[in-house]
Amino acid sequence: MSFFSFGQSAQIDIVLNDAETRKKAEHKTEDGKVDQYFLFYDGDTVSGKVNITLKNPAKRLEHQGIRIEFIGKIELYYDRGNNYEFVSLVKDLAQPGELTQSRTFDFEFTNVEKPYEAYTGQNVKLRYFLRVTVSRRLNDISKEMDIVVHTLSMYPELNSSIKMEVGIEDCLHIEFEYNKSKYHLKDVIVGKIYFLLVRIKIRHMEINIIKREMTGTGTNVYHENDTIAKYEIMDGAPVRGESIPIRLFLAGYEITPTMRGINKKYSVRYYLNLVLIDEEERRYFKQQEITLWRRGDVVRKSMSHQAAIASQRFESSSSDEKALAHAQAKEQ
Amino acid sequence: MSDPTVADTRRLNSKPQDLTDAYGPPSNFLEIDVYDPQTIGVGRNRFTTYEVRMRTNLPIFKLKDSVVRRRYSDFEWLKNELERDSKIVVPPLPGKALKRQLPFRGDEGIFDESFIEERRVGLEQFINRLAGHPLAQNERCLHMFLQDESIDRNYVPGKV
Repeated sequence: MSFFSFGQSAQIDIVLNDAETRKKAEHKTEDGKVDQYFLFYDGDTVSGKVNITLKNPAKRLEHQGIRIEFIGKIELYYDRGNNYEFVSLVKDLAQPGELTQSRTFDFEFTNVEKPYEAYTGQNVKLRYFLRVTVSRRLNDISKEMDIVVHTLSMYPELNSSIKMEVGIEDCLHIEFEYNKSKYHLKDVIVGKIYFLLVRIKIRHMEINIIKREMTGTGTNVYHENDTIAKYEIMDGAPVRGESIPIRLFLAGYEITPTMRGINKKYSVRYYLNLVLIDEEERRYFKQQEITLWRRGDVVRKSMSHQAAIASQRFESSSSDEKALAHAQAKEQ
Repeated sequence: MSDPTVADTRRLNSKPQDLTDAYGPPSNFLEIDVYDPQTIGVGRNRFTTYEVRMRTNLPIFKLKDSVVRRRYSDFEWLKNELERDSKIVVPPLPGKALKRQLPFRGDEGIFDESFIEERRVGLEQFINRLAGHPLAQNERCLHMFLQDESIDRNYVPGKV
């Protein structure tokens, strides 16, 4: 910062107006640490106060202007020199002059567009932040405050199941099925593997979730594959006609929504990898892309609606139990 | 169930398994034994052969039970053929033991009992790993090695 101890300096604090009520979300930083940041959605207003506290209360602070910016930008780790700012808003807080005492400035960025979700990956980072700059002749004083943005989606209208028959001729034929092709981040992958022909000695079978991050265009394309989850679904040797169920809860894993061609700079896609391992450690696998999306938080429903939900849960059981559930709900 | 609050974790419907499939013998049986080493010949032209016995119920093999005699160089031939023709990574063979073939050794060189046993174990592991590979099972050379009386080095390489 400032190496001149006899110069005047200031401390900048940014405080949001809704700091008490706004939710925070966890987000990983570039070096792997997990931190809490304020959570915003597309269209949310970003407003608050900027406190500038003079370090030396007796002296004056001369400046060439004080401004606050709201920036959304994509940083490519291999190309830090270039700036890709897709959102850039500025508000001037003070004209060039001098501060004789600590001051507070109000700011408001109304209904800011935040088209993409904040993402920290292995080769790319997309972040939103507020930056206050006090311009000076020799060196500026600035303070940044990162926020996290989530993009929400609605339940997809079309969500067909994935069903396929694959195999090696005369050795291994399986039919796999996953109940949906688009899953939300707290969803459950329900499926089954049906063995049509087994002529190899299988030791076990597992399902992996693979995240593929593709950054760059043209000649500079980077692919990063990361196995997010490994989940064993079968131990032992199956025979023909056997059906193995799959039930994989996504909520426990570190996943983000599927992102395709974000600002034409990067993509993050997810794949389910079904792997069979035989007695000789040979691996047979089939990879299938799935779309992940972020669901908005479920709003608390009224009591009568909750009773309806409770009765739906017992849909498949006998009518006696259904009557019991209804009676209990009515009593409440 | 379209209610978003209750996750639908019911199993998908599947066909019930046929009991003959469930309790029948698995159709993945493949076992190859390499045993009974015999040293043939005299003096400098001696060599050791091993009996290679294969038992299987895989339909791709013509004989369900076959016995042949093979020597180390036959295994080497098989390895080279597969490395050239198929796309698989062939498992390693036990060593060639050239040092043991030099004269003036204290023991019997490559006809030493412990060495032959070591080599036998290595060859058995090699052929079992190889014969189980689906891509190797497609090659004509593997079938000739396991089930034909003698290896025709002038064969036409190809797929089964």
